[in-house]
Amino acid sequence: MKHLLDITAEHCPMTLVRTKLKLAQMAAGDTLELLLSEGEPLDNIPASLCEQGYRVLSVRSVEGTTHCLLIEKP
Amino acid sequence: MEIIENLSHLSTAEGPKKLSLIAFSGDFDKLTAVFTLATGAAALGYEVNIFFTFWGLDAIKRRTGRAFVGKGFLPKLFGYLMGGLQVAPCSRFNFGGIGPRLFRHLMRKNRVATLEELVEAAKALGIRLYACEMAAQVLGLQKSDFIPEVKEVVGVASFLKLSEGGRILFI
Repeated sequence: MKHLLDITAEHCPMTLVRTKLKLAQMAAGDTLELLLSEGEPLDNIPASLCEQGYRVLSVRSVEGTTHCLLIEKP
Repeated sequence: MEIIENLSHLSTAEGPKKLSLIAFSGDFDKLTAVFTLATGAAALGYEVNIFFTFWGLDAIKRRTGRAFVGKGFLPKLFGYLMGGLQVAPCSRFNFGGIGPRLFRHLMRKNRVATLEELVEAAKALGIRLYACEMAAQVLGLQKSDFIPEVKEVVGVASFLKLSEGGRILFI
């Protein structure tokens, strides 16, 4: 199942918190399209997700400073 | 593509990291720092413990407003004067209680999580909350006076055991 979460309007620590809580609600094998901004979120969220065992399948620029991360829950 | 390549060397082999916070202060701004660090770390995969002692106990009381909580006359009076999370004062620019209201307004205006939202996030993330046995005793408080998310009322030895192998911060 595909999920979508936009954290571009959020600030630290809620960028991290909303992502974590969304992933916790998902089932194994589900994917999440995460819209996030450049800077702190893009610098840290992909790496922290990998360290927690999630698979970051792709990162693409969407519009301006917004990027889209495709994440799979193991 | 560069980001994906940089991620390839990361692994989960190291196991969970740990952060233990000692929440000594009952001030609005310092509690905001405690819950910001705690929720951020938990969301990054850290195991997080918060040990509330003395004024910090105010943040985890079941009654969030002014109430005569505690056993005995003096503890009840202290409980009332301390006030609870809703009326936690700022360590600076408190202006007789107006300071925290101004900060809450600024936080909402700037779409930054308020202290109450951070506390709810901490509960949702399963952050482990502990109350200090000694301070609870002095203030006449028992486990039933705290929010249900408080796992235990513990002493120094238990806290040191819980925090072993991780980082400890005092706020």
